Amino acid sequence: MIWLVALMVFIMLLAAVSMLLVESQVSAVALSAAVSLALSILFVILQAPDVAMTEAVVGSGLSAIILALTLNRIHRFKQTTTAETENDA
Amino acid sequence: MNPIEMNPVALQWLLYFGAMGLIVIGIAGVVLHQNIFRMVLALAIAEAGGNLLLVIAGFRFGAVAPILQDDALQTLNTSNMVDPVPQAMVLTSIVIGVGIQALALALIIRIHQRYGTLNMREVHACMMVDINKSAAVDDLLSAQQPRGRRPLPSPPESTAKRANNE
Amino acid sequence: MRNLTALLFSGGLAFLLMVIAWQFTLGDAPMLIGAAILDNAVKEVGAANLVTSVVLGYRGIDTLGEIAILFTAATATSMVLGSFAMTDEASETEQREDGSILGSSVRLFFPLLLTLGLYIIVHGHLTPGGGFQGGVILAGAFFLPLLAIPGRSINHGGIALVEGFSGAAFILIGLTALFSGQAFLQPLFEHGVIGHLFSAGSLPLLYIAVGLKVGAELSGLLANLAGISSHAAEAEK
Repeated sequence: MIWLVALMVFIMLLAAVSMLLVESQVSAVALSAAVSLALSILFVILQAPDVAMTEAVVGSGLSAIILALTLNRIHRFKQTTTAETENDA
Repeated sequence: MNPIEMNPVALQWLLYFGAMGLIVIGIAGVVLHQNIFRMVLALAIAEAGGNLLLVIAGFRFGAVAPILQDDALQTLNTSNMVDPVPQAMVLTSIVIGVGIQALALALIIRIHQRYGTLNMREVHACMMVDINKSAAVDDLLSAQQPRGRRPLPSPPESTAKRANNE
Repeated sequence: MRNLTALLFSGGLAFLLMVIAWQFTLGDAPMLIGAAILDNAVKEVGAANLVTSVVLGYRGIDTLGEIAILFTAATATSMVLGSFAMTDEASETEQREDGSILGSSVRLFFPLLLTLGLYIIVHGHLTPGGGFQGGVILAGAFFLPLLAIPGRSINHGGIALVEGFSGAAFILIGLTALFSGQAFLQPLFEHGVIGHLFSAGSLPLLYIAVGLKVGAELSGLLANLAGISSHAAEAEK
């Protein structure tokens, strides 16, 4: 079971570091949601199911939605995706 | 369903490392990034680290979650439970955090609309120009560079009248 | 150079925090208040979920302050965003087509999400969950159709009504306790049988008020951030 804790801490820190380094804003939002998800599993292991539920619903649900809506509003969403498709082509 | 019989020292290292790592990564992101949107994201990470630290503070080995279930409903045995107070506080903290984040994002949308950029230094420069303009001060003139005379705005008419009457 | 300074700063911060954290050992929490709450909560409050009895029973004024902060944040967001006209973005959303798969799956999910949110709110004193989690799910249930079905608008008057009434209900329950000779927000009524749905006195009522308020506030906030409210106002003209 300690391997689960180690795996979750590893995933959490990896997602947090790559959230700082990644270029695309959309990827940064997705990675912050991943941090919250790993964190909520850690809360379950720490015997705090209430907090785990809140973190899963608010952290990786609502927070990611409002961040993505903001990106959509400031047009970064479209710009990054078109830039990526241009790079691919 | 009691995971923590093994090796408390390794578990302590892992959990404290995770919580501290999140706080440090979040604060480093706030310091490193120039983009305001990324700073809000990094702040949310630091906040998550603080929440994890609080929950760790209420943890006890061999204890169960503070909810009476199946058997415990008959015996009402609450002696082997983790501390419920930090959990209630973290519950409050998470919900407030998302409210504050929404407010920050609304301000970011307005800033992007007004200035067309999210870079912190550019926004700051544009804001200084705006503030100087609204205070009727020359763009070149600032608090750091006094030029001796300041073109103050003319006083409103009511004060001028009052001065004349006196 | 700037990055190097920032990295040095964060390294030093990490070292300091680890030194402080190492003073505490994991697993033996001091439990100064926690032990007393664990001993007395079942007798005094009668909720199976002890976190709920802390959130609404022992720290009820804290929760009142929390929903006040959430209300302030939602109001400030709508003040910051509310008035500005969306020119190019509005025309973009109008051109969006109705995806039939998206629309019908949202129509399928809406009642399920509503039921899940209400279940979590009502069972807040028995199982993990409660007003805040269920309220967020309710807000998501009301927000999904706005995203998926173009031209759908949100009723801001109704949201304000629900929000105002549930906030007033929370304070009224607290005042009722005050006027019946107890402390503000102290749980009322009989405890009932612990573990049953109708137990724990007035705590389920308080959590329903909190859940409705959080759901209304957050769905209004999401609609504001998505720019749907001003879009609907333009359509009315």
